[in-house]
Amino acid sequence: MLSKRIIVCLDVREGKTTKGIKFKGNVDIGDPVTMAREYYEQGVDELVFYDITASSDKRDIIIEVVREVARNIFIPFSVGGGIRTMEDMHRVLQAGAEKISVNTAAVLNPPLISEGARTFGNQCIVLGMDVKKTNKSPHIPSGYEVWINGGRKPMGIDALEWAKRGEGLGAGEICLNSIDADGTSDGYELSLTSMISGSVSIPVIASGGAGKPEHLRDVFIEGGADAALIASMVHYGQYSIDEIKSFLFEEGVPVRKVI
Amino acid sequence: MIAIIDYKAGNVKSVERALRHLGVACRITNSPAKIISSEGVIFPGVGAAGKTMEVIRSLNLDSVIHEVVRQKIPFLGICLGSQIILKVSEEDDASCLNLIAGTVRRFPDMGIKIPHMGWNNISIEQRHPILSGIDREAQFYFVHSYYPEPQHREHIIATTHYGIPFASVIGRNNIVATQFHPEKSGRFGLHLLKNFTEWNGTC
Repeated sequence: MLSKRIIVCLDVREGKTTKGIKFKGNVDIGDPVTMAREYYEQGVDELVFYDITASSDKRDIIIEVVREVARNIFIPFSVGGGIRTMEDMHRVLQAGAEKISVNTAAVLNPPLISEGARTFGNQCIVLGMDVKKTNKSPHIPSGYEVWINGGRKPMGIDALEWAKRGEGLGAGEICLNSIDADGTSDGYELSLTSMISGSVSIPVIASGGAGKPEHLRDVFIEGGADAALIASMVHYGQYSIDEIKSFLFEEGVPVRKVI
Repeated sequence: MIAIIDYKAGNVKSVERALRHLGVACRITNSPAKIISSEGVIFPGVGAAGKTMEVIRSLNLDSVIHEVVRQKIPFLGICLGSQIILKVSEEDDASCLNLIAGTVRRFPDMGIKIPHMGWNNISIEQRHPILSGIDREAQFYFVHSYYPEPQHREHIIATTHYGIPFASVIGRNNIVATQFHPEKSGRFGLHLLKNFTEWNGTC
C-alpha cells in the first residue's frame, strides 16, 4: 500500500537552516546538510529545502547545499524559493534535487510550469501555493486566495482555480501552504487541504500548522493529503520521525516503517 | 566497472552518486565499446517512452543494449528503464526494445492519484539475487504513471499494489529491472544496488 509521506521542510537562508513564525522573524537553527542527514537516518520520507536568501548575490550558496545533500542522502528532495527561470530549474536539478518547487514565479508567469514539465518531466515540478482565507466573492469563490512573495502580497486569484490550472499546466504535485496556519503549531488547515486534494488528481502535500502527531493524522484522514510537511515539531527535538510514524501507524495511517 | 547509460536525459547522476557512495566504480557513458566492456550496465530513466526510444535509436544504443544482453552482462533497468525493455508502451504508442515480452500500460482512471508517487511495498513473487537481504517490510520510492506488464508470469519477480497489482520488479536471465528508484529508496535501495553490482547475471 502506498504510504503517506512525511516531509521535513528546511528553510535555508545563506546556507543556514532557519525557522520563522508566520513568515516574519527568523532564527538560525543549524546546518542544513547535517540536519538532512539526521532526518534521513531517522527515516524521513522526503525533504524540502526552501531558499529564503534575500540577496540575489548569495543565491549560489543553495546550489552548494543541494550538491552536498545529494552526495549524502538517498531519498527524494525538492528545492524551492527564488526559482524564476528554466535556467534556475536546470541548475537545481543538475545539482541533484529530485524536484523543484515554483511559487511566486509560477503565478506571475504560468508558462514556467508547462515549460518546466515539458523539459524535465511533470514529476519534477511542484506547484507551491501560499494560501490565505478570505471572504467568498465572485473573484474568490472558494474563499481562499493565492498570495505571493512569501505570503506578503495577495493576488486576487482563487486558490482552487489556481490549483486546477497548475495541474492542467503540468505540475506533478501541489505543495499547499496555509498562511493562516503556518507557524502556529495548531494543526493544518483541514478544510483547505481537503478541498484542494479532492479537486485535483495529482498528489497534494499539506503544509503549515503541524505541531503534534495528531495534526498529521487529521490532515491525512480528514484532509485527504498525500503527504504532510513538518518543520518546527522535529527541528527542536520535540518529536522524532519514528515517534510520529509509530503514532500514525497505530492510528491506521499507512506509513513507511522505520527499519 | 559499471556503466550507467547516458542518453541525454534522465537522472543518471543520482545513480552515479549512489554507486560512488557504495564504493562501486562506475562511469556515465554512451560509448558502445565502454558499455560492452563493463561488468554491469544500468539504464536509469525518467521521461517519456516515445522520446526516450527516439534518443536511444539515434545514439544506436538499442543495438548496444541487445549486445549487452546477448553477452550475458548483468543489466539493470530503473523506472523508465523497466518499461522500455518491453515490446511496446501505451505511452506515445512507442515501440520498445522487446527484451521481455509484454506491454507498458497506463494506470486506469479509478479515482487514484496519478502519478503513483511515494513509498510502497513490494511482494516478492520469486527469489532473485538482487533482492537478497531485503526486509519483507522494506518500501521503495516510486514515481510513474505507466507500469510494465510482462506477458509471461515467470518474468515477474515482485509486484506492488496501487489501485491494481502491477509488476514492480521484472527480469529474464541477465536482465533485471525495477519500476521504483533504488537510488532514491534509502538503505534498502542502496542494498539492492549493491546486490546488483555483485550479481553475475544468473539466477
